[in-house]
Amino acid sequence: MKELTIISGKGGTGKTSVVASFAAIARNKVLADADVDAADLHLILTPAIKHEEDFKGGRTAQINPEICTECGECLERCQFNAISPDFVVDKIDCEGCGVCVYFCPVEAIDFPQNICGKWYISDTRFGPVVHARLGIAEENSGLLVSLVRNQARVLAEERRLDTIIVDGPPGIGCPVIASITGTSAVLIVTEPTLSGLHDLERVRGLAAHFKIPTLACVNKFDLNEEMSNRIADYCARNRIELVGRIPYDTAVTYAMVAGKSIVEFSDGRVSDAIKDIWHKVEQLLRDKD
Amino acid sequence: MSQVRGDNDTGIGRMVICIASGKGGTGKTTIATNLAVSLNGGVQLLDCDVEEPNAHLFMKPEINHTETVEIPVPEVDLDRCDFCGKCYEICQFSAITVIGEKVLTFPELCHSCKGCMMVCPKEAISEKGRALGVLEKGTSGSVEFVHGRLRIGEAMSPPLIDRVKEHIDPQKIAIIDAPPGTSCPVIVALKGSDFAILVTEPTPFGLNDLKLAVEAIRILKIPLGIIINRSDVGDDQVAKYAREESIPILMEIPDDRKIAEAYSRGIMMVDIRPEMKDELRAVYEKIAGLVG
Repeated sequence: MKELTIISGKGGTGKTSVVASFAAIARNKVLADADVDAADLHLILTPAIKHEEDFKGGRTAQINPEICTECGECLERCQFNAISPDFVVDKIDCEGCGVCVYFCPVEAIDFPQNICGKWYISDTRFGPVVHARLGIAEENSGLLVSLVRNQARVLAEERRLDTIIVDGPPGIGCPVIASITGTSAVLIVTEPTLSGLHDLERVRGLAAHFKIPTLACVNKFDLNEEMSNRIADYCARNRIELVGRIPYDTAVTYAMVAGKSIVEFSDGRVSDAIKDIWHKVEQLLRDKD
Repeated sequence: MSQVRGDNDTGIGRMVICIASGKGGTGKTTIATNLAVSLNGGVQLLDCDVEEPNAHLFMKPEINHTETVEIPVPEVDLDRCDFCGKCYEICQFSAITVIGEKVLTFPELCHSCKGCMMVCPKEAISEKGRALGVLEKGTSGSVEFVHGRLRIGEAMSPPLIDRVKEHIDPQKIAIIDAPPGTSCPVIVALKGSDFAILVTEPTPFGLNDLKLAVEAIRILKIPLGIIINRSDVGDDQVAKYAREESIPILMEIPDDRKIAEAYSRGIMMVDIRPEMKDELRAVYEKIAGLVG
């Protein structure tokens, strides 16, 4: 089983557009959308949901005013300023640590588990996808990402599919770490800007920290070719396999508006570049085995 | 009231404005940095995208203060510990466990609730610091600059974001550059703001993530407006959505290859399109009007 996670560090470099195209090209794969708090892949895949489950995350304290004696014990102990002077827990500030629950002398505080979101197994025109929806302002995005990846693995084994393609979140924090640990390789989609390079350096550091083989491609490379060359140099110096450069083309936006991946939408330079990248990635994943 | 009338040269109020987006790469940092330099003084820029901070690439601040940001995690004195297991019982995050005559801590899972320290009958648990990243402070022209940089490999960004926000000066206009998404780091960046600007692009991805961000901001009850970047690409669905939801569109910026190229080199939009300064000042005035 091979698993490729597509990440970017910086947001908006074109991760999901690349993943949607890979979805159209690749065979024998399961797709996984691990960008659980701003998922977009479904807009192109138009999944038909076959299975749906609640995602249960942490707990939130709830003070029962009928039992509460307003002694102030909880207020004093809460490290997150989540309890108001009139003894109401702010759901957003509550970290779910249970300290107030434990120390309440009259057991006035309930501690129910939260439903933090949902996850789904769906069919698409490109094969099965596991995706999720983190509730707005909810925590535990890393847990949900891990769940999505595990379910994608189970599905791949059940259906004897040998590749998992994961659309990762931006950044380098909790959900990104959850989307790359133990994956076969990461592909970083970057852009030829100072921000793109800066963020590439940080997210590459993260992949190196977890000792994950790293590939990269430059999207919209012709926006600033000098910067694209700087990125290529950076990759060469840091053992990152640069698997391709994708030109800028407004067709990518038209494809998105049409709800299609760019490789389905047109046969232009962008499609050629992405097909070429996928074939290289596939070869590299195979060589790893 | 003097609360509303600031002493910055724009003559309009002091407030905290958070720039967020849902979708990444729509132009949050462009708006945050260019807005900061367009208002004449009395401005702070706080880059709260601590995972991938970029504002410094454009502001090029002179950093005059650097500190390591730590959170408290437990340290167990085994000479005092009698392995009763109360710490393990209270911890909701599996950050401390007792096996026989051993106590294992997992500092990277610890949320610093101090429950284990409070519950320990032998007072065997004390605090030690765990580094999340660094906070840097400096100036760029008349703008006061603060940002956080999450340590690579660190999962927990919210406490670092909180620490950056502790530097908000109530005497100034504070502009916060938020991370993308709608989960906890974004909420922490947004909380307590007087106004949120959502920067979006008129594409299906832009619209989908905008809707999520609007929901998040409405939970926090923060007034908001939209800036549509690259407003002439894609379709008209974002504008339609804004109308239906009665969300003010504060500014539209057409797709401009010159701005994109300048951005790629770390050059501010207002340096190649100086007329944008007036437009951004007008955005600020609109916001001041909306916040009242």
